[in-house]
Amino acid sequence: MTGPLDVAAVKKDFPVLAQQVHGHRLVYLDSAASSQHPQSVLDAMDDYYATTHANVHRGVYSLAEEADRRYEAARLAVGRFIGAPQPQEEVVFVKNATEAINMVAATWGRANLHPGDAVLLTDMEHHANLVPWLMLAEERDLELRWVGLGDDYRLDLDDLDRLLDGVKLVACTTMSNVLGTVTPFAAIAAAAHDAGAVVVADGAQSVPHLATDVGALGCDFLAFSAHKMLGPTGIGVLWGKAELLEAMPPFLGGGGMIRDVRRDGFSPNVLPWKFEAGTPPIAEAVGLAAAVHYLEAIGMDRVHGHELSLLAYAQRILAERFGDDLHVFGPEGTEDRGGVLSLAYRDVHPHDLSQVLDQAGVCVRAGHHCAKPLMRRLGVPATARASLYLYNEESDVDALADALESAGRLFG
Amino acid sequence: MMTGLEDLYREIILDHYRSPRNRGELPEPPAHRTEGFNPLCGDEVVVYVLVDAGTVADIRIAGQGCSISQSSASLMSAAVKGKSVEQVRDLIRTFKSMMSIHEARLEEGDGEDGAPGEPVDLDSLGELAALQGVVKFPVRIKCATLSWNTLAQALDELETAGVS
Repeated sequence: MTGPLDVAAVKKDFPVLAQQVHGHRLVYLDSAASSQHPQSVLDAMDDYYATTHANVHRGVYSLAEEADRRYEAARLAVGRFIGAPQPQEEVVFVKNATEAINMVAATWGRANLHPGDAVLLTDMEHHANLVPWLMLAEERDLELRWVGLGDDYRLDLDDLDRLLDGVKLVACTTMSNVLGTVTPFAAIAAAAHDAGAVVVADGAQSVPHLATDVGALGCDFLAFSAHKMLGPTGIGVLWGKAELLEAMPPFLGGGGMIRDVRRDGFSPNVLPWKFEAGTPPIAEAVGLAAAVHYLEAIGMDRVHGHELSLLAYAQRILAERFGDDLHVFGPEGTEDRGGVLSLAYRDVHPHDLSQVLDQAGVCVRAGHHCAKPLMRRLGVPATARASLYLYNEESDVDALADALESAGRLFG
Repeated sequence: MMTGLEDLYREIILDHYRSPRNRGELPEPPAHRTEGFNPLCGDEVVVYVLVDAGTVADIRIAGQGCSISQSSASLMSAAVKGKSVEQVRDLIRTFKSMMSIHEARLEEGDGEDGAPGEPVDLDSLGELAALQGVVKFPVRIKCATLSWNTLAQALDELETAGVS
């Protein structure tokens, strides 16, 4: 499909957006934390529970076969969405992006990283792509190296070759949840591979907003969560190259992940079930597939194009109305940028801003956004973050600006 | 001002936020220094307390935070200075029970008619009673109690050290 997004039509698909908060229309600007759900996702999950539910992989009756079919169809839909060459083997359902990265650290990491080995991270990472590596570094006495942040809110890659020298693993976000910066991931991954490193992509922020192709990204692993891409909570995805997943030890032990269990040991199941111990989130997988279908029907290029035009509008309006009183922590313009606006408004604390905005029905997130090293680098304890998605429109940005003005009056 | 917010942002709270009392540091020793963090929002408060002969002889507040945490710390510092450690502990208890009313209601699953816990003598709180509106905004309660918990911790540490 081409042409601009019909936001009015999109909004009608999201029942939650029809409500009033404190007497105002709900203005949801917190999709970077968690997105809302179109009716089709809710219907798909309802229909699954109303007509189909049974446990997967073991039933020899029609109901269970249909549950199995919907669960595995979801895997294929997700694989197609991210350009996975072998979706049936390479798409592992997990709880969320956090669990996906923890799985890589606990399995690939423990099998391949040894005392003195170097891991390269960046100053832009979310705690989900930091703490698993900090934990492993402590356990294995690893050397951690850091790609710094430039004053333009982009990664400072001047020293990349030196930083990559001898590195075993690179873990990097594809898009900052605080700054909205889209990282030059493919270039980093290519350089990392030249240096012999394995590359983990934290795609939690980019997969919901940008067309994704794991081949083009050049990553070895990609982690993301369903609940940031119109899907339900409780399910996320680890995509990994089949040969790496094959060689990794299992993560959680239990039913479903084994081929055989004896008193003296077990042999793991084949991919991807080797990494899916216990009853998986079946209805959530069905909901995620419906979210993927919804996004595909609109087209990711249109989703991203809409967000960028809204971002440009927000940058212009906020600059016009607030000038130097308002600072946006993030690259200027829309190049290599997603629809995330981390704001500092005069010296009003982000919590106070968010509280005043809530009274106008405007939802933004205040805090450190699970990126404390980045906040330290920015020199602030917290920001107020407004994030855009396909259901937002210019009037939402106007409501944000109006509410900011109220906050200015209150704390002025 | 928008509806509801006037309960949270009383004029006295905004005044203490804009002009915080007892802001700064005290030399340690003889003062005792304790840090408190709100991991949810990254706010931090540093309480310097000087206890002399069982009395909070001086107190200073450092750190950074939102209007609620900063004004609560400022109001606290003004309220406890010159009081005996015992009186300060009573005040901490009274203040925290004022802040816990809403939490008790939440657990009963009843936002409107739930019976409050221990009745709180608001008169005994003086200016601090201005913070009672915070309980209508549950996520902000931790902002209001941060400095009080930190002061309580400081007094505990001093007691353990045998100072008070």
